[in-house]
Amino acid sequence: MASSESANTELTVTGYIQHHLQNLTYGKLPAGYQRHEAGGVHTLEQDTWTFAHSAEEAKDMGFMAVHVDTLGWSIFLGLVFAFVFGRAAKKASIETPKGMQSFIEFVFEGISKVVNDTFHFKSNFVGPLALTIFCWVFLMNLMDLIPVDWLPLAAAKLVGNDHLYFKVVPTTDPNATMGMAISVFILMIFFSCREKGVWGFVKELTCHPFFAPKEKWYLNILLIPINTILETVSLLAKPVSLGLRLFGNMYAGEVIFILIAITFGVGFFVGILGGVMQWVWAVFHILVILIQAFVFMVLTIVYMGMAFDSHDEQH
Amino acid sequence: MNINLTLIGQSLTFLVFIAFCMKYVWPALFGMMEQREKRIAEGLQAADRADKDLELAQQKATNQLKEAKQQAAAIIDQANKRSSQIIDEAKEQARAEGERIRAAAHAEVEHEFSQAREALRGKVATLAVAGAEKILGASVDAKAHTAMLEKLAADL
Repeated sequence: MASSESANTELTVTGYIQHHLQNLTYGKLPAGYQRHEAGGVHTLEQDTWTFAHSAEEAKDMGFMAVHVDTLGWSIFLGLVFAFVFGRAAKKASIETPKGMQSFIEFVFEGISKVVNDTFHFKSNFVGPLALTIFCWVFLMNLMDLIPVDWLPLAAAKLVGNDHLYFKVVPTTDPNATMGMAISVFILMIFFSCREKGVWGFVKELTCHPFFAPKEKWYLNILLIPINTILETVSLLAKPVSLGLRLFGNMYAGEVIFILIAITFGVGFFVGILGGVMQWVWAVFHILVILIQAFVFMVLTIVYMGMAFDSHDEQH
Repeated sequence: MNINLTLIGQSLTFLVFIAFCMKYVWPALFGMMEQREKRIAEGLQAADRADKDLELAQQKATNQLKEAKQQAAAIIDQANKRSSQIIDEAKEQARAEGERIRAAAHAEVEHEFSQAREALRGKVATLAVAGAEKILGASVDAKAHTAMLEKLAADL
């Protein structure tokens, strides 16, 4: 695909879909790498940091690459969140709020309520964490509602490269969702160790579901490995499910938007039908993006609650 | 769909935004909300208090009104009593005055009557002499009969 794409400018359905699912990648190509370009094969003489021109190149960059579009949009949207909420926080006064201020305070209050209901420990960290997750993920998901071709085409025209890869929904990139999930995971372990001590955390992993009383201590020799396996799996499953759930939902939604977008080029009536479907799916998707942002937030709060919760009463 | 450095970039970005939110957004909004909650609670409390005060004031007003009515009734009662008393007194006085006036008139009449009688008595002798003179056609010695006539006058 990759080699033919640069040579063959004809738009195929497969090519269209794949093009839409490829991130704008900036990374390191190793020395001796053969690049297929319009002018023929070009061999790199040394390690080169460059933009990938095809999906294959992006893949060959391995771990040493950055999805510029994902990071760019997520940072931009994060800044939007920071700006809007920072301004609201600065303007916050005890008097009756108006307009945008009122909306921001409404969002804040809602999240504050969820945090209070779900998280029963004292922490000045979990609230900001939840607020950031909800707003940021929601904004990133919201990009999904912009028709799939608008921003990529605009970017391509702006740069002057029709083949520019440009994905505008950061949450359809597993790097973004898993990155956040990993941060949450690290925070979980950090707070677990802080609240219960490293020893308490280890004890939770090893002595948790099954634990024999003192008289039958020898049973623990058998139980501890079982506990460790069970608890480790459940611990690792948390960030994985957290990140992949969001990614899966958004990716699927994005693919459906792309498939609908294909119908626009088929013909007049199919195009009209596609327009209606796009609208219906977008309306449905409003629900999805909100729910996914909310689920990500609530699960994070719950995991934080687990991290803070010491099982003193059990041992 | 390749996993690469974006993962770490996104994690770090995430942490940075959380830190921003934690430092600049959450505490300000949280503090403000708390203050607002407090103020609303105070307002409600004040309203509650005002309600109670109003009720109390109304009760007080009702009580005062009742008292005033009672007082007014008592005063009217008293006034009525007093007025009838005054009327009675006035009647009594009037009767007494009437009585007195009647007595005075009576006394006057009596007095005038006796005066007239006295005057008449004084003139009886003269009249009698004059009458006798006329009857007898002769002069009567007034001096000779004065004693007798005076005796007559005294008998009248």
